[in-house]
Amino acid sequence: MRHFATDTMTRRAMIGGMLSAGLLIALGTPARAASAMQAESLVDRLVGDINGVISTGASEQQMIAQFDRIFRSYGDMSYIAAYVMGVEARRASAAQKKAFTQAFSSYISRKYGKQFRKFVGGRIDVQGTKAVKNAYQVSTLAYLRGQSPFDVTFFVGEKSGKFFNMYVEGVNMLLTERTEIGSMLDRRGGNIDAMIADLRSAG
Amino acid sequence: MPTPHRMIVCVTLLVASGLLAGCAVPGPGEAPDGIYDPQEGPNRRVHAFNKRLDTALTGGGGGGDAVPFVVRAGIENMADTLSLPQTVANQVLQLRLGRATRNAARFSINATVGLLGLLDPAEAMGLPEDESDFGETLYVWGFPEGAYIELPVTGPSTERDAVGMAVDLVTNPLSYWLPAPDKYYATGVRLAERVLDRSEYSEQIDEMLYGSADSYAQSRTIYLQNRRYELGDESAAQADYMDPEALDTEGF
Repeated sequence: MRHFATDTMTRRAMIGGMLSAGLLIALGTPARAASAMQAESLVDRLVGDINGVISTGASEQQMIAQFDRIFRSYGDMSYIAAYVMGVEARRASAAQKKAFTQAFSSYISRKYGKQFRKFVGGRIDVQGTKAVKNAYQVSTLAYLRGQSPFDVTFFVGEKSGKFFNMYVEGVNMLLTERTEIGSMLDRRGGNIDAMIADLRSAG
Repeated sequence: MPTPHRMIVCVTLLVASGLLAGCAVPGPGEAPDGIYDPQEGPNRRVHAFNKRLDTALTGGGGGGDAVPFVVRAGIENMADTLSLPQTVANQVLQLRLGRATRNAARFSINATVGLLGLLDPAEAMGLPEDESDFGETLYVWGFPEGAYIELPVTGPSTERDAVGMAVDLVTNPLSYWLPAPDKYYATGVRLAERVLDRSEYSEQIDEMLYGSADSYAQSRTIYLQNRRYELGDESAAQADYMDPEALDTEGF
């Protein structure tokens, strides 16, 4: 079990991070999670990076910009965007898809970034990893100040080696966000451009 | 001659069994996106009412932050202790005897050494909080989830959980054991805990109620996913599993 306090990183995670950084340079491409261990190390680094941003004590706006950068580098953005748009993607143009991916990434960073303040002084412990269809499921326990620990499960694609989904106490982020995007489209009578414009100021 | 209290119990159980018979509907894995909501119109009206009530009570945000941490913890521990006899009864009905025994021990410890439930020494002794309710018992007995419903004041539920809640309300062992003023205090403590819960998760709840494009749809999906997870109902989670290779990401 690894502990991530906001101010301390375990040596193992540091070594893991350095190794994968080395791998990144060696390959010149994003790391591939060929194994369960690499999936776990990706989650370790993701959590470590988020904790690193929180511990700087920067303003909320600065933090959200940093989270956006982290989200884009660890996340399989094209999969996430395609999933949350759902069947509506069939009638979207290439330009709309691109614009949507950009807007959605910033929206999710704002929405979840605002809540990361709750993580100050908290930590996330990796419990274990299991292989599921074309992906690895990394189970963790989140400890927040003054709250009972809760389950957070991260999903890392086997092929992409990137994060593509998470469950918080059984609540599936992609499913919940697809519902939200569907509602935003409904509100605009199905107009994709108007929905993207709304998304830029939502969250 | 039956006392009025017994009459209420009988009537509730009768109504409950009638409702359950009507629960012959698709399971969570079968409806699209795991949502079966034939009463969406009336549910949305109840949701609008609940949202107005929340705005009126919290001013669009939780107010419990002003309550000192020690007081909050005390209220939460006491509410948990008060709900333990019911949890034990339900876990016995679920044939989860190990968990029932642990919770019975938890109750004995917290209700005595824990200063009538104000503290939670049992947790430190390796007996952490483990709640249950009659909705879970019905799940264990194999009753289907039924349709989604939003209840006035208490919020999102399912037919099965609503029946469970009604049964829990009239069968709470404490209301038989405790004398008259004490059981009303007990109810007060449990209500206070709900208010504190609203403030503990205020940012998430505010985001869901006031930040989303359709707060009804958001609270419905979040409630159903979380409740099924609590019950350990895997059928929906499996249907929802996302295969990262099984999607056309061209252009994104």
